[in-house]
Amino acid sequence: MVCEMETDQIEEMDVEVLSSMWPDDVGTQADNQFNVEKPAGDSDTLKEVDIAEKRTMADLKRLPELLNTTDQGSSQLTNLVRQWEYMQDHAVRLLREELKILTRQREEAEAKELKIIEEHNFETEEPENVPVLDETSHLFRRFRQKKRDELVDSKRVVIDEEFDTVAYWKQKALSLEKMLEASTERERRLIEKLNESLKTMESHSAPVEELTQNLKRAEGFLHFILQNAPIVMGHQDKDLRYLFIYNKFPSLREQDILGKTDVEIFHGGGVKESEDFKREVLEKGKASKREITFETELFGSKTFLIYVEPVYNKAREKIGINYMGMEVTDQVRKREKMAKLREDNAVRKAMESELTKTIHITEETMRAKQMLATMSHEIRSPLSGVVGMAEILSTTKLDKEQRQLLNVMISSGDLVLQLINDILDLSKVESGVMKLEATKFRPREVVKHVLQTAAASLKKDLTLEGNIADEVPILVVGDVLRIRQILTNLISNAIKFTHRGKVGIKLKVISEPSFAGDKEQNETSVWICCDVYDTGIGIPENALPCLFKKYMQASADHARKYGGTGLGLAICKQLVELMGGQLTVTSQVNLGSTFTFILPYKVATSDDHSDDQDEFSDMVDHHQPEPDDTTEGYFQFKALLGSIYSNGGPVMGSNFLPHKAMLTSPIKLINGSVADPSNSSGQSQTVQVENGGYMDESESAHQYGNGNGHRCSSKESESCSSSQASSEMESELTVSSPREEEKTETEVKETSQPKILLVEDNKINIMVAKSMMKQLGYTMDIANNGVEAINAVKDTSYDLVLMDVCMPVMDGLKATRLIRSFEESGNWDAAIEAGVDIKTSESEQGCERSTDRLPIVAMTANTLAESSEECYANGMDSFISKPVTLQKLKECLQQYLQ
Amino acid sequence: MELVQMQKSLQDYTKSLFLDGVLDSQFLQLQQLQDESNPDFVSQVVTLFFQDSDRILNDLSLSLDQQVVDFKKVDPHVHQLKGSSSSIGAQRVKNACVVFRSFCEQQNVEGCHRCLQQVKQEYYLVKNRLETLFKLEQQIVASGGMIPAMELGF
Repeated sequence: MVCEMETDQIEEMDVEVLSSMWPDDVGTQADNQFNVEKPAGDSDTLKEVDIAEKRTMADLKRLPELLNTTDQGSSQLTNLVRQWEYMQDHAVRLLREELKILTRQREEAEAKELKIIEEHNFETEEPENVPVLDETSHLFRRFRQKKRDELVDSKRVVIDEEFDTVAYWKQKALSLEKMLEASTERERRLIEKLNESLKTMESHSAPVEELTQNLKRAEGFLHFILQNAPIVMGHQDKDLRYLFIYNKFPSLREQDILGKTDVEIFHGGGVKESEDFKREVLEKGKASKREITFETELFGSKTFLIYVEPVYNKAREKIGINYMGMEVTDQVRKREKMAKLREDNAVRKAMESELTKTIHITEETMRAKQMLATMSHEIRSPLSGVVGMAEILSTTKLDKEQRQLLNVMISSGDLVLQLINDILDLSKVESGVMKLEATKFRPREVVKHVLQTAAASLKKDLTLEGNIADEVPILVVGDVLRIRQILTNLISNAIKFTHRGKVGIKLKVISEPSFAGDKEQNETSVWICCDVYDTGIGIPENALPCLFKKYMQASADHARKYGGTGLGLAICKQLVELMGGQLTVTSQVNLGSTFTFILPYKVATSDDHSDDQDEFSDMVDHHQPEPDDTTEGYFQFKALLGSIYSNGGPVMGSNFLPHKAMLTSPIKLINGSVADPSNSSGQSQTVQVENGGYMDESESAHQYGNGNGHRCSSKESESCSSSQASSEMESELTVSSPREEEKTETEVKETSQPKILLVEDNKINIMVAKSMMKQLGYTMDIANNGVEAINAVKDTSYDLVLMDVCMPVMDGLKATRLIRSFEESGNWDAAIEAGVDIKTSESEQGCERSTDRLPIVAMTANTLAESSEECYANGMDSFISKPVTLQKLKECLQQYLQ
Repeated sequence: MELVQMQKSLQDYTKSLFLDGVLDSQFLQLQQLQDESNPDFVSQVVTLFFQDSDRILNDLSLSLDQQVVDFKKVDPHVHQLKGSSSSIGAQRVKNACVVFRSFCEQQNVEGCHRCLQQVKQEYYLVKNRLETLFKLEQQIVASGGMIPAMELGF
């Protein structure tokens, strides 16, 4: 029964065919002879099993001794004996129980009899036996039934005599006595029987034979179970010498194993470990299991699950260990493979989910950004219409309240526009669309220009200063547009948060910072560190970390008080990083902040002035070059409302003014200054230097006629007003230096009639653009396609080209490319190559013209990132999105005709 | 009294054009460009636009009716029309042109035909409206009135 169950279990558990633990072809013939039929799972076959005693190897002298002296050894025998004893006990107990029951019955009968005798007036009906035992007792009920059957005849005692006479009672007593006697007799017989059976039991065959039989069966059973199992069993004494082994390796002989230790028998990996393990168990006295992989010469690499238990003698002394090992090589291999697979699987899954997450996030981000950019762009066009119209409206006749309302509207609109532009800039940088241009420029001029521009709209009593170290190269290469954007942003930021003191830019050359990775650039590049410092309100330390984050300002209070989009610094940081630099900030509350950015620049050769492509060099530089200007390291500007003075700087806050003034009619300016009378204080000193210039300006402005002054934005009229007011007030004091006057006149002549070329094929667009130009006070030439444009550019020196992108014959991009190619090479070969019919009437083309970079502004129908990128990539400087509005045109002209 | 009413109705009419999206702010730009030195600027530009567009639409109809449609010819026409309609602020024509161009890009003849109908419809709408507008203006001028300045608050 047990056997059946186990074989079934084994079959269920392990269905695969196992190869023998030890190889078949090893060992001597004699050792290899367990030709036993495969056992069927039937317990009957057990007796037929031929037990291969040879498998076991034991030190026969010591093993019986061991069996007798140890608990384990005698346990089987003890068990058998105990079982036998138990069985005997059981039989005795059963007999005793029966005896007990009989005795009780007798007692009851006697008690009843007594009762009957005592009760004289007892009825003929005998009462039922009062149950002493519980009614439910099965045994009792059965017994009672049996008793009743037996006694059924004598149950009713028939009395002939009359009731309650003496004779009656006598008769009844007699008959009852008879019944009692019969019962006693029966009892006696039963006791006899019991004694007899006890005797036969004792005389029954001695248990030894039975036990021997049982032992043999057990042994046979063990052999039957174990003969094919991949199991090694053994016993080792406390020196770990084998006394007994079962299923040893076939080639080993008795003398090879018995009396020897593992280490003496085997060599290789795992042997030592197993020996140590056995020793450990022996020392600790606790049975335990371990998996050990053997790597021996004898049987190669095999893993065994080893169970070792200590063996004690009866005096509880350790005398050795029992050892059982099961070969689990395949299982271990499978298990390891599984684990590895599972691990790989988990890792792959984790990676996959991580990847999907990343992809998802990236997609979402890109979509969100794209959406923001698109939305911003869609908003920008109508909004610029609103702001433009509002600005135009502000030039009409309005009462004071209307004007105030309108000013609020315009400034709000400007803010939103600025925000949108910022967002577009940011998304351009982030999406990697923004490309950097490499142009030569003069850092000193850029700093000066930024400060001048800032000073122009300065409404506070601040000193703006620029300080450029001598070692900073005259001419460097970089994306001047972006650098200017950063500087302007930082400066206007500094001005915004500074109420007194100064704001300035400091430039110095530093050694290559640690974060720079590119080593190849070292030869020609220079790292310039630019500090933009102020003496403003400063930034609390806890606000520093989020300073460069988008839409963040140091605090909500600041945002309310100072306004702004919160994007400026984020853009600066992104731009600086895009150019491979770093933007940092240090600040102390109430003392000021310093924003520092370091950028790498290529050093350009400064001697080649004719090839100077600097877009920001002032007219002054070309027509009246001042040697100081390129090398001057210090500028200082003050707000125009205060006195203008300079410390050593030859060019002060005057250069930027003429251009603004040009577009401003005197009448408007006076209006402006009346509206803001606070500005008119403390100007007397300024005029001595600048006066002549301004007079000429306002006169020349008249020449344009056409009421061009209408288009001046309110902001400009404010910034211009102070200077204009001063010139009005001080016009009698014509104490100007002749040099200044001469210079300004030259300038006016130059700028009086800027040459503009419009390249556009659409007649209606031409008509509208021309009309707009007229209102802004300019005229322009028209070319209908790229080829015409090239010919026009060849013949005439233009100050600005407005170029449609999409045109028949030759599009704007190609035309621009060809013009740029001419500027670089000085000849039109590329254009001729491209099939343009260059009329060579004026033979000395290249030499006659200056090769300054001609500003080319694209006019494009869709201003999406790729389109504007294309424009930049083809050498255009900027672009106006169509349809062209007065506002856009004006901004463009302001930018490029200064 | 009548003049004031005419001016009012002109204003309302113009406003409705903006509200309906027939015109956009670019038209205001044109109106801004019109001054004493150039009193008929708007109608000049618009007339030029009509002439130009009539021709383009004609060319487009011809091109699309060809057995094999040459999209290289169709697209520049649409581009041209888009440019000029955008310049005068004929918003709905412009929008229709944008869709038209996307169908050109896909070389979808069927879509192009539909778009041409759409563009034509929008074009005749804006043409009709603008002609009415000019007529109103002329009446006002003929009655010795001033063309009221455009309200910017629409």
